[in-house]
Amino acid sequence: MRDKLALSSKAYLFIIFFILYAPIFYLVYYSFNSGGTMSNFEGFTLDWYKELFGDTRLLIIVLNTIVIALLSALVSTIIGVFGALWIHSVKQRQTQNALLSLNNVLIVSPDVIIGASFLILLTLAGIKLGFYSVLLSHIAFSIPIVVLMVLPKLKEMSPSLIDAAKDLGANQWQVLTKVIVPYITPGIFAGFFMALTYSFDDFAVTFFVTGNGFSTLSVEIYSLARRGISLNINALSTLLFIFTMLLVSGYYFISQRNSTRGLGVRK
Amino acid sequence: MENKLTRNLYVIPYALWILLFVIAPITLILYYSFFDIEGNLSLVNYKTFFTPIYLKMTLSSFWYAFLITAVTLLVAYPTAYLITRTKHKHFWLLLIIAPSWMNLLLKAYAFIGIFGAHGTANALLEVFGIGSKQLLFTDFSFVFVSVYIFIPFMILPIFNSLNELNPSLLDAARDLGASKWTTFRRVVFPLTIQGVKSGCQIVFIPALSLFMLTRLIAGNKVITLGTAIEQQFLVTQDWGMGSTIAVFLTIFMVLIMIFTGNRKKRGAKNER
Repeated sequence: MRDKLALSSKAYLFIIFFILYAPIFYLVYYSFNSGGTMSNFEGFTLDWYKELFGDTRLLIIVLNTIVIALLSALVSTIIGVFGALWIHSVKQRQTQNALLSLNNVLIVSPDVIIGASFLILLTLAGIKLGFYSVLLSHIAFSIPIVVLMVLPKLKEMSPSLIDAAKDLGANQWQVLTKVIVPYITPGIFAGFFMALTYSFDDFAVTFFVTGNGFSTLSVEIYSLARRGISLNINALSTLLFIFTMLLVSGYYFISQRNSTRGLGVRK
Repeated sequence: MENKLTRNLYVIPYALWILLFVIAPITLILYYSFFDIEGNLSLVNYKTFFTPIYLKMTLSSFWYAFLITAVTLLVAYPTAYLITRTKHKHFWLLLIIAPSWMNLLLKAYAFIGIFGAHGTANALLEVFGIGSKQLLFTDFSFVFVSVYIFIPFMILPIFNSLNELNPSLLDAARDLGASKWTTFRRVVFPLTIQGVKSGCQIVFIPALSLFMLTRLIAGNKVITLGTAIEQQFLVTQDWGMGSTIAVFLTIFMVLIMIFTGNRKKRGAKNER
């Protein structure tokens, strides 16, 4: 900012950006290859996309993934908001910290351990591995992130708002729905969104708790990739890349709006 | 009265979650680690863990995680530093983070193509006259791909702490006659050490435990603690041994977190 970047610095940044994006564009590029390999480009074709959209099994898997993501994000957001309200309402510092540490256990634990322990848990509980086991696990590992997104908003809210509402005769329910929830809505949305992306991206936990009959996109990509190269995956990744970029820009705009609102003088 | 009742009601789902999905899983892992494959109570798993095979595996897993963290740090620190110097720094940061939102397996899959026998990497080696080499299924490709995947996670916390750095401190150091290197060593780095620590923590723990990368990229050349756990649970079906390795992985994780100070870990993962 103060001094312009030297040429070497620019070159360094350029190389980093190149390395970060090259593999992704590599995938996209070869998804149009009629040759069928990821090494020499023979000619342009859209066959892989056609094949992708003709593959009902894969489309069902995509649908499963979306359903799991939406459902788990919804449920975990509801539970997470209640959890954040609880943690916030606890008056003793120590209890609050203990709850927060318990909340964060699943965030810091390696995925393998979460997956393995959930596998034991669900098997003992007698839940058949499949849709419900995956859904439950996704809800479980998304809850803490929702709590972490909502808590700062609760902390930021002035307690006098609640006192004012109570003085004006609002009951507990009205205080919650008319004062607290509108105030923390940006946090709730951010939490929902993070839960959605956690669920979409998760491979390790799902891999442990999914049975034979049920699969999500990540697990399917893994088993396809273990068998070697097939340009279907390339076509799929092009679509996912576009989708991801849309999500990123959506998130960017939401966070931009939040920050301007946080600074705003709307009070 | 009503107040108390509603409070109790809304607490239930979250409290149940803590009980069922936080406390119960940890307890179960610990509990299972004391059972051998036939289901008898014993310490045989712990004995097995202290045999040379497992100790060597643990050591090599740590070595790879250390290597990956070190290389990632070396690449990420200058990048984070340079980004704080650019004009639209938050935009550039977002561009750095964006690839990390792409499904990890697809990125690994891309490298199967790039490092493959007839892939681009080998074509480049041919051009430089080195000749093609076996790249895929080596420990080099494992470290490379891991570093590739972890770079954004390392940049984020370092960027945050560099961004909080008061620029007048740099001016002060320069006014007092410090060279650029001295300023970096005595002012910038010590003040951003917390970001470096949380970055290392975010990279090191997954580097110990990611099993899909070792399977896809390293063939079976590299076995990390994560790979071993997956192997025990899903292939050998020896939950006891798998749990024992998981217990040790958890202990290592807690030690690493104490060592790197977990004061700031939240900010970093939040923004993934």
